[in-house]
Amino acid sequence: MNGDLGVWAYAITEDDGDHDISWLTGVAGATVRATRAGNLTVLVSDVDLAEFGEVALRRNLEDLTWLETVARAHHQVIDAVSRLFPLLPMRLATVYTSDASMASVLGAHREQLLDALRRVGGRVEWGVKAYAVPEAEQENAVSVESAAAESADRGAGLAYLKRRKAQLSASEKSWRSALIGARAVHAHLSGLAAATKLHPPQSPQLSGNQRPMMLNAAYLLDADAGTGFASQVAAAADAHHELELDLTGPWPPYSFTADDGEEGPPPAGQGA
Amino acid sequence: MAHPARPIDAELPSRRIALVDLLDRVLAGGVTITGDITLSMADVDLVKISLRALLASVSALAGPEEEGIR
Repeated sequence: MNGDLGVWAYAITEDDGDHDISWLTGVAGATVRATRAGNLTVLVSDVDLAEFGEVALRRNLEDLTWLETVARAHHQVIDAVSRLFPLLPMRLATVYTSDASMASVLGAHREQLLDALRRVGGRVEWGVKAYAVPEAEQENAVSVESAAAESADRGAGLAYLKRRKAQLSASEKSWRSALIGARAVHAHLSGLAAATKLHPPQSPQLSGNQRPMMLNAAYLLDADAGTGFASQVAAAADAHHELELDLTGPWPPYSFTADDGEEGPPPAGQGA
Repeated sequence: MAHPARPIDAELPSRRIALVDLLDRVLAGGVTITGDITLSMADVDLVKISLRALLASVSALAGPEEEGIR
């Protein structure tokens, strides 16, 4: 049953909407359309407020499956259109009650939006994550099995404690060297980028990588600078054995729509 | 600004973007001029917290043993 409709916003552009985007499908399978808001164009689709209204939205966002489906649909539209013309992505779950209401809100921020569009439009973002590689994995791994076997002996308790202490100090050491390495890599890559943004490090549960994340950064680059950037990241990976580097992108410039402090706090220690 | 075409069919289907990387961006980035119905900052934090709890419970089997570093 159809309830009242709302307007889900994907992205803002200065483009006059000449491109054919009728093939694009957005959240909940709705057709994407372009609507004018002052002299800006906004890509939107209509959503049922029974699913995307305030109360429903709050409830649905707690549902990981729902969230993933919607986030991917939102991204798919922005990603596809960002290949056609410069745009500013909207944050997930920006919903208006009507085109007119949206136009009036965005119109009030027109200058700010145009500034942001000129700053990031046509550029892309690359993500670099750095994980600390434990020293034990770089050379001599102390296996759990050998510790367990030893504990069968008398006096093994002391040996175990010594070994454990050594492990902890090694892990402290590799954490420190990874921290220094992550800062160096970030400083180098920042020099190649128009802007940088630090995201909080992801927990192992979320990243799927048990190693501690030391850096979770985004770099704003010209669209044609990706290959050069990727090879710089590869070179950094070769030079820093204490780090595992992970490159993602190109992304639409999600992390650079706000003109806030683009140099965040220093990397890593980040989470602390 | 020129916006060179990227090879759409060359790389997209093969590599699925990690949800967590996507959520870093779509929940924390993007234009935040508020909609009539929209997430406040506090709501976004709530989503992240419950998401973390949800994923942690899903992946509890692979639970991390290493404390101390974080």
